[in-house]
Amino acid sequence: MGHETAIEIVNQGQAAAYIALIPLLPFLGFLANGMGWIILRDKWPRMLVNVIAVSVVFISFALSVMAFLDLKALEEGAYLFVEPFKWIEAGGVDAPIKLVFDRLSAVMCLVVTGVGGLIHLYSTGYMSHDKSFARYFAYLNLFTFAMMLLVMGGNIVIMFVGWEGVGLCSYLLIGFWYEDPEKASAGKKAFVVNRIGDFGFLVGIFTIFWLMGTMDFAAMRDWVIAHPEVMSGKTLLGVSVATIIGIALFVGATGKSAQIPLYVWLPDAMAGPTPVSALIHAATMVTAGVYMIGRLNFIYAYSPAALMVVAGVGVVTALFSATIGFTQTDIKKVLAYSTVSQLGYMFTAMGVAAYAAGIFHLTTHAFFKALLFLGSGSVIHGLSGEQDMTKMGGLSKLMKITCWSMFAGYFAIAGFPGLAGFVSKDEILWKAYSNSVHPAQFNQIVYLIGLVAAVCTAIYMTRLMMLTFFTPSRMDPEVEHHVHESPWTMTVPLIALAILSAVGGIFNWPHALGGGASFEHWLHPMWMEVNTTHEAHGHASHAMEYVLMGLSVGLAVGAMASVAFLYYKYREKTAVIAERLGVLYRASLNKYWVDEIYETLVINPIKSISYYFLFRLFDANVIDGAVNGLAGLTKGLGHAGGRMHTGKVQTYALYIAIGLLVILTFYLGTR
Amino acid sequence: MTQFTHIGLGHFLALSAILFALGMGGVLTRRNALSVFMSIELMLNSANLAFASFARYTFTMSGHVFVFMAMVVAACEVAVGLAILLSIYRSRATLSLDELDLLKW
Repeated sequence: MGHETAIEIVNQGQAAAYIALIPLLPFLGFLANGMGWIILRDKWPRMLVNVIAVSVVFISFALSVMAFLDLKALEEGAYLFVEPFKWIEAGGVDAPIKLVFDRLSAVMCLVVTGVGGLIHLYSTGYMSHDKSFARYFAYLNLFTFAMMLLVMGGNIVIMFVGWEGVGLCSYLLIGFWYEDPEKASAGKKAFVVNRIGDFGFLVGIFTIFWLMGTMDFAAMRDWVIAHPEVMSGKTLLGVSVATIIGIALFVGATGKSAQIPLYVWLPDAMAGPTPVSALIHAATMVTAGVYMIGRLNFIYAYSPAALMVVAGVGVVTALFSATIGFTQTDIKKVLAYSTVSQLGYMFTAMGVAAYAAGIFHLTTHAFFKALLFLGSGSVIHGLSGEQDMTKMGGLSKLMKITCWSMFAGYFAIAGFPGLAGFVSKDEILWKAYSNSVHPAQFNQIVYLIGLVAAVCTAIYMTRLMMLTFFTPSRMDPEVEHHVHESPWTMTVPLIALAILSAVGGIFNWPHALGGGASFEHWLHPMWMEVNTTHEAHGHASHAMEYVLMGLSVGLAVGAMASVAFLYYKYREKTAVIAERLGVLYRASLNKYWVDEIYETLVINPIKSISYYFLFRLFDANVIDGAVNGLAGLTKGLGHAGGRMHTGKVQTYALYIAIGLLVILTFYLGTR
Repeated sequence: MTQFTHIGLGHFLALSAILFALGMGGVLTRRNALSVFMSIELMLNSANLAFASFARYTFTMSGHVFVFMAMVVAACEVAVGLAILLSIYRSRATLSLDELDLLKW
């Protein structure tokens, strides 16, 4: 049913050179601070680092706002673009440096530079005691640059450059304190796991190029519209090309956006500085996979099967990691699993073709999860580096701003009515239930799992807030003595994000509650309807929406209240509950032993094969043998030839004479 | 009998070849650097003889010019060569080519 509406899409690009500055400015900031750090080290003044690093991102934000207003003045489907120069032009491959600012990248630009700017500002306070100050900000600016390339790239090659660039910065920043081997290896783990996903992403890119002969998003979209029968009809190994591309790209997304089975790097990535966790591992980079599916939705439109995989993996990840969040004691680990879980929600939305809902959850999640991470960073900063929640408590009186701003984030993520997270998450659950892309049974299962995951979210977040702020203090007296509220550079971003988390919902207030769903309308021209055969649900009415909304709100608020009551009144009973749950508790505490399973099933076999076969057998014998053999042969020949060089001049004269005779004989003999 | 009474180009070339062979034998077999040097001069002069013979035989001047050229070069070579031999003798106290074998692998 989708083709007729899809063909009406207008592609109207309007050149606007200044949008190139949006990624360029952070890159200049990276160069300035990076060079300053390399050349002057500690003599490069901190004040200058602060000013450069923070201002470039805020100027980028201002430019994004400007571009947004320009874009708003244009008609639907139009976009701004700039193509500074040709880049790869070889044979059929044409991948220019092309930046596009359309409705989707506008949202991403505003989120990344806006939240990113706040986090840069926060970092100036958080990292003020660190010795590698300039290096930190150089990496952070480089990250912003790469992320802007990712979201503004006009073809999939630029997107991939940004994709890899953010991966690099993630690696550099997780291992920022590389003197600690554990942190350095966490960075390595993130990089390696991401590379596994990137392999899938590359396969997807190659398949796209093989099929369509273009890398440009607009051209790809045109091609898809022109060849709908190829997208769903052409098969490889019995699977349609759209499904192959969709799943290959989704494998890349599971790596970058931490979904089952490649989510394992994200919890370990918490080894990096907390603002990095907020910016890269919660608000922006990990959402790249969601953005990518949104960008390439016209391919997924031809593969309900691939969408089903996306939704299934997303919702299972959402529940799976939420249950791990129950038992973790490290405040950042809880938030990390929460991030994995919320990303699962986003993929669920993408998988049911509710792209706007997914991107909107991405946006609100950027607000409230950045807020929660920054809040936890403020706590960790105030407690001189303590991250264990069992050694916190009673901080609501000591860190008032942190506590109450985090409350906004907590209420938002838990789905308290009216806040940003409620609006975005409820939209996803509603779309998961009511969409016509998948069969009804599938939708019901997805909805149920999503609902349970939402309740889990409320439970583990309440536990986190209670343990940190409201239960009696369990802090070291030494630490407690030093507890202090953070400086203004850290509290201002907290307050700003708290306001956004609280009221962010108004951007997409649903029709059912009398809103205009303006976010959804803004993004609507970006999407292409899914080519599917299922009838829409008969009972997908407003009444049903109210019922489901009431159900999820009731469950979430009920869970929040009961867990808060439990921790407030009967905290000692929690240990008994854990005891009763037995193996379930231990499974959650040990993260379902996934790391151990990977260790046994994947890592150790690879290590053994690498060591015994590749290294000891192949490398040592075949490769070294070839190289050393050639060297030995050359050496032997040289030695033999060297014997002719006696150093005696008459020997040489004899050679000349013999040579002369030979030549003469030959010359005279052939006459 | 005319071939014995008339001295033609062939005789000159034969003499030149004999001189060349003698010189080459000297170069290859003598152990004293000075003797080798003199043998080289002999080879040069055999070439000169051939040049002069051909010049006379063809009634052209270019062969003579080459001879003069060769003589000048030979004179220079003698000057440089003897100087080298002298300084070798000063430093090594020998001119035996068997012992002057530093230039090897």
